[in-house]
Amino acid sequence: MLEYISIIITAIFVNNIVFAQFLGICPFIGVSRKLSSATGMGAAVTFVMVIATCVTWLLQFYVLNPLGLQFMQTIVFILVIAALVQMLEIILKKIAPVLYSALGVFLPLITTNCAVLGVAILVVRNNLDLGQSLVYALATAIGFTMAISIFAGIREQLALSNVPKAMRGVPIALICAGLLAMAFMGFSGIKIG
Amino acid sequence: MKSTLMNMVLSLGIITIVAAALLAGVYTLTEKPIKEAALNKQIEAISAVTPQFNNDPVAEAIDITPDGETTPLKVFPAKQDGKLVGAAVESYSLAGFSGEIRLIYGFDSEGNITGYEVMSHAETPGLGAKMDEWFRSPEGNRSVIGLNPSSTPNGLAVKKDNGDVDAITAATITSRAFLDALNRASKAYTKLQEQNK
Amino acid sequence: MNSKLKILYNGIVTENPTFVLMLGMCPTLGTTGSAMTGMSMGLATMGVLICSNVVISLIKNLIPAKVRIPAYIVVIATFVSVLQLVMEAYLPALNTLLGIFIPLIVVNCILLGRAEAFASRHGVFDSCLDGIGIGLGFTIALTILGAVREILGTGRIFGAEIFPETYGSLIFVLAPGAFIALGLLIALFTKLRGARC
Repeated sequence: MLEYISIIITAIFVNNIVFAQFLGICPFIGVSRKLSSATGMGAAVTFVMVIATCVTWLLQFYVLNPLGLQFMQTIVFILVIAALVQMLEIILKKIAPVLYSALGVFLPLITTNCAVLGVAILVVRNNLDLGQSLVYALATAIGFTMAISIFAGIREQLALSNVPKAMRGVPIALICAGLLAMAFMGFSGIKIG
Repeated sequence: MKSTLMNMVLSLGIITIVAAALLAGVYTLTEKPIKEAALNKQIEAISAVTPQFNNDPVAEAIDITPDGETTPLKVFPAKQDGKLVGAAVESYSLAGFSGEIRLIYGFDSEGNITGYEVMSHAETPGLGAKMDEWFRSPEGNRSVIGLNPSSTPNGLAVKKDNGDVDAITAATITSRAFLDALNRASKAYTKLQEQNK
Repeated sequence: MNSKLKILYNGIVTENPTFVLMLGMCPTLGTTGSAMTGMSMGLATMGVLICSNVVISLIKNLIPAKVRIPAYIVVIATFVSVLQLVMEAYLPALNTLLGIFIPLIVVNCILLGRAEAFASRHGVFDSCLDGIGIGLGFTIALTILGAVREILGTGRIFGAEIFPETYGSLIFVLAPGAFIALGLLIALFTKLRGARC
């Protein structure tokens, strides 16, 4: 149990996917102008990341490793994630139209979200078992949602401020992200178990 | 081109087969160099950290489980004309930020540290890399070279934990993990010395 | 201007992937702890981009429109895997340094973006030039960012000391410094372009 709590705290705060590992930066910058779209993106990423990690983990340890095809990892994982996102889109549209209307616009963007592929590869590289992998994926996604939501809140305020012309848009946003990352470094002393 | 089910399946199928064939080809070509590169890295790291030797440490490598642990460490004995002059110990720590860190430590016949090499780590980019230089830097109490972890009951520790070693600025966790792996290696080496008595 | 030169210029300045299009942010931030790693990452991406651009422009008429994107992804992923194997075999040290960012080239928006926006509409030679131009633009941007962070953080550039490390500000090597340095560089680039146009 302690082990899972440790994974969760580490993945959300100490080793936040955006601020410490630099993954998922594109949606973090691109979809963070409004708080509502940021949380939507976060929810969609959470959904896909957990399912994708589960599927790719099973594929890696029950198909690729026994067949000695580890070198196909990248190509298999990206195709699985792309197919998965397509399938989720179709299924959601059919059975959960409410959820689809909330998450639908974000789903196509997720295929090229490096956080999803990154987590799928990281759990394999770090030799986590299936339970740990799922907990890690979920916690990482929560960390991402938290990061992008905080950031969107700041950017909504930023839009009203008088920023020097050359700094408007992405540059000032990046500097804010830097300050946020600095705040997250404060968590680096935490250690559980 | 117009999309029909037939040509969609066909074109994707052909692309995937060609891709897989190409990859399999490159894999067979690079398989041997990859193994050699990994072995070379190990040999280089061993000779970088241990005193002069003239045996083959990789061939004579033995697994030693330190007292109170379950996972064995690989110990590469360095011998000069058949006499044990030191060893390189491949150790690990799970106390780092993310995932495990692996290092090779070298010891001389008295158990003093003669050097270390970082093999792999998943620490924050920038900080983890600092590990490579910090603990051999002559500044302050950073360097662990020449120290003897087996001379104190609990091994080496950073200043924050009432030890003597300066931790990497802003990376106490990584520093603790480094010393954790070091103390583990030292325990394994002490055991090797006892076996060779 | 000569139309071929214009393609190159376009990739390096007008549509610079980092400073103007702002694509591929993850490796831009994650691998620029030093000028050397930044440049290596840029060159690795450039290699894959040129290959994928050429192949996609060759097969663009054979792929049905509806399965275009999956086909491009397979092509890109194949070249990334080849790069991974080759680096593991012949440049193992660099491979460990860049770590997970090598397989992640596959989801770098620059590659799929150029495939869709350029290679699927132009001839082989022009697509190759576009790959070189955009690749160089990316490499230059990463090298500059890496150099700025390395100088401010450790007082060195490409490992050569400019001023003693004690005066460096470690924060620029760490995560926050990556965001701040990139933000300032983009602002500077925008300012310079605005002044000239």
